[in-house]
Amino acid sequence: MSDAKAVADRLVKAKRLNALLTPPKELRKSLNTQIAAARPTGVLYGMPVAVKDNICTLEFTTTCGSRILEGYRSPYEATAVAKLKAAGALIAGKTNCDEFAMGSSTEHSAYGRVLHPLDKARVPGGSSGGSAALVGAGALPAALGSETGGSVRQPAAFCGVVGIKPTYGRVSRYGLVAFGSSLDQIGVFGRSVHDAARVLSVISGRDPRDSTCEDRDPLRLPTVPESLQGFVVGLPKEYFPPELDPAVRRACDRAIRMMKELGAAVREVSLPHTPYAVPTYYVIAPAEASSNLARYDGVRYGPRFNGATDLRSLYRSTRGQGFGPEVRRRILVGTYVLSSGYYDAYYRRAQQMRALIAQDFRNVFDRGVDLLFTPTVPSPAFKAGEKLADPIAMYMSDIFTVTANLAGLPAISLPIGRVKGLPIGGQLIGQAFLEDEMIEAAYALERVVPATDEA
Amino acid sequence: MPPAWETIIGLETHVQLRTKSKMFCGCSTAFGAPPNTQVCPVCLGLPGALPAANGAAVGLAVRGALALGCTVHPKSVFARKNYFYPDLPKGYQISQFDQPLATSGTLSIHDRFAKATAVDLNRSGVPLIEIVGGPDLRSPAEARAYLQLLKQLLEYIGISDCDMEKGSLRVDANVSVRRVGDTALNTRTEVKNINSFAFVEKALTVERDRQIALNESGGTVTQQTMLYDSKENSVRPQRSKEESHDYRYFPDPDLPPLVLTPEFVAEQQSELPELPGAKRDRFVATYGLSREHATVVTASRAVADYFETVAKTSAEPQHAANWVMTEALADAKDHNDELRVSPPALSQIIGLVKGGTLSHQAAKRVFAEVAAKGGDPRSVAESLGVIQVADTNIIAGWVTDVLAAHPTEVERYKKGETKLMPFFVGQLMRASKGKADPKLAQRVLEEKLAS
Repeated sequence: MSDAKAVADRLVKAKRLNALLTPPKELRKSLNTQIAAARPTGVLYGMPVAVKDNICTLEFTTTCGSRILEGYRSPYEATAVAKLKAAGALIAGKTNCDEFAMGSSTEHSAYGRVLHPLDKARVPGGSSGGSAALVGAGALPAALGSETGGSVRQPAAFCGVVGIKPTYGRVSRYGLVAFGSSLDQIGVFGRSVHDAARVLSVISGRDPRDSTCEDRDPLRLPTVPESLQGFVVGLPKEYFPPELDPAVRRACDRAIRMMKELGAAVREVSLPHTPYAVPTYYVIAPAEASSNLARYDGVRYGPRFNGATDLRSLYRSTRGQGFGPEVRRRILVGTYVLSSGYYDAYYRRAQQMRALIAQDFRNVFDRGVDLLFTPTVPSPAFKAGEKLADPIAMYMSDIFTVTANLAGLPAISLPIGRVKGLPIGGQLIGQAFLEDEMIEAAYALERVVPATDEA
Repeated sequence: MPPAWETIIGLETHVQLRTKSKMFCGCSTAFGAPPNTQVCPVCLGLPGALPAANGAAVGLAVRGALALGCTVHPKSVFARKNYFYPDLPKGYQISQFDQPLATSGTLSIHDRFAKATAVDLNRSGVPLIEIVGGPDLRSPAEARAYLQLLKQLLEYIGISDCDMEKGSLRVDANVSVRRVGDTALNTRTEVKNINSFAFVEKALTVERDRQIALNESGGTVTQQTMLYDSKENSVRPQRSKEESHDYRYFPDPDLPPLVLTPEFVAEQQSELPELPGAKRDRFVATYGLSREHATVVTASRAVADYFETVAKTSAEPQHAANWVMTEALADAKDHNDELRVSPPALSQIIGLVKGGTLSHQAAKRVFAEVAAKGGDPRSVAESLGVIQVADTNIIAGWVTDVLAAHPTEVERYKKGETKLMPFFVGQLMRASKGKADPKLAQRVLEEKLAS
């Protein structure tokens, strides 16, 4: 609980990160209005929560980090946002992100790149880099992000904060601007597991407006356990390859040791289809994106660009000038893989592979494993510009996170140490709709792991 | 001389379902409201909005499929059909593709069965079903008959008003021709823009004739879309730029597969009324109508219900059918299909004729008067002064007058020219201004002439 001015002051102080897209004056004014209207009995009363700019709010513009939605004000708000407000939270501005959530570094925003809170030469990760950077800089206790393929957990790991991607269907997608609809989920950043979990609990639960949202009660928060007695934690060997950054491996080993000390049974497991996850993801997500982004045609909203003389040239100039290069690349890939003659070779095979990847997880969980522990990202935050010229290298930073999206499973990243001052994230992947068990284990690990010590 | 040409036609019909709200949101489907007043984030395709399937529309689609005798599939899949168009806000249509709601139905036309293969939910705004017929029709007239039967069936079960002028029924036709005796199908064209029932046969005839002429002059038909122009009664090819889409169908990730429980399908089945063919057969069996008469009175559900009520309450089914086929339908035709004389009133009129109170001619006048102004038929008959006179004394008076006025004919009759009886009856009816009971009048005439 904090007053509107203090909230705004902290956010404005973090301005140098370019993480917040909302102008300070508008932010202050809105926070004053919101705090006056907030319900004091709400479980999140007065808690400022920034919202990734691809989630619709009534308060601020929703641009998705894109030129094509510059100045766009949604006439409705996302279900998750409405639930936050009903719980008394304050919508503390909109955060910068990769355009339409396509990217792993928040360098693909039409509104400039976001700086890493600890090293301005580096990226905060992405695509929810703005939300991660603000929580990482201590400007906020929590923020909403979104995941299609690791876009909460990867920046959480880079920025040294907690990031949760819930089970597909746990949180309503209504009002989350679609990228890859079968993968998209709203996720949460928090300074701590508890901050992230209590926001997740508020935004979770059924929503008749989203047919893919499960008809379930909101998530109930577990208590912090004394030990991990009775937990079986699996270590998938495909997530610990020989070329893994040694510091990341050391941090993971330390965390594993601590889980054992807490009483967890740890065993090595295999998820054999893991190597196909990134290519599978980069067929399915662009395919869905090519269709989801068709609506940005310049007819109804967003700016119009010069040179349109007829309908076709309106489409061409709007989409040619309104979308950035990464979005255009993915629309082209997605259009290609759905085209007649290529559908079977790409889209259908990718769906088949996706089913095998999900089966890998079920096989492991069916054999008594409760949770999986892995590094979140193969390396700490990279330098800005380092991977821009090589999309494949950029995509590979999602290698440990896209699997949970493809399988629809819940996963959490939490800080487990540092290398040369840069945070390292450890990931717990849980079973579908068993976020409570996953959060319980994360509580226990968070309490003992020296998150800010060099590994 | 080479054999004559045979025409092959398959119709794809889009039917708007009669629901209060759109297919994937709660907005109204009412026709003719001002532009953009019945919209929400979902049907506008605003960023972040998601569709949710309308259960009522699914129910109506299932009813349509059952009425067509289709196999209704327990699981069907919504698919996105991707293309750019200004009135398509999302850049795709939510349709069904390789796993539709229902397949393999039939519609009996004349004595052959035309396959109605797929029923499929379509378009994100108003709920539509698409009924894809096979290449089973052999002439433009058959195509029109198929469409009329389809319209009759869908109206009967109440799932659509099938109004082509309002766009709630639209039809595209695949047309090809071949030599009689050939079995392979030739290249077809698709005829679009047929926007009235009246144009179906005309448009298809024009296209058929064009293809035959083309073949006979040594040309070949190219596969293309032809647009029908009803003013010119002609077809022209659509510009190739306007077609050749790759729709990139794929399952819509926003909508889980549509799963229909056996209970749901059974419930829809129980909501189906008696279908036109079954009703016609029952009318033949129960009411002793001829097949032709039964077909006429079952043309629409409203007329069939009307007939059946009158048949039951009057206990005179054949008379009821005669009245419905003549006076009632003629009056309805001039009054927006409204059956203006209520079934009890028509029943009463039939009873008055049967009881000798009204002559048939008088009954028609009463019917017209009740249709126009309402009221109880007997009172109307009284105020019109057309109640038949069945009083022997009064009739005897008229008989005396008639016989006095025609002595020559009386003489001839008495000499054996009994064929003059209708003449006397006619004269008597004239003298009585149509009020005399003709049977009674004849009896009195016979008595007097015999004396």
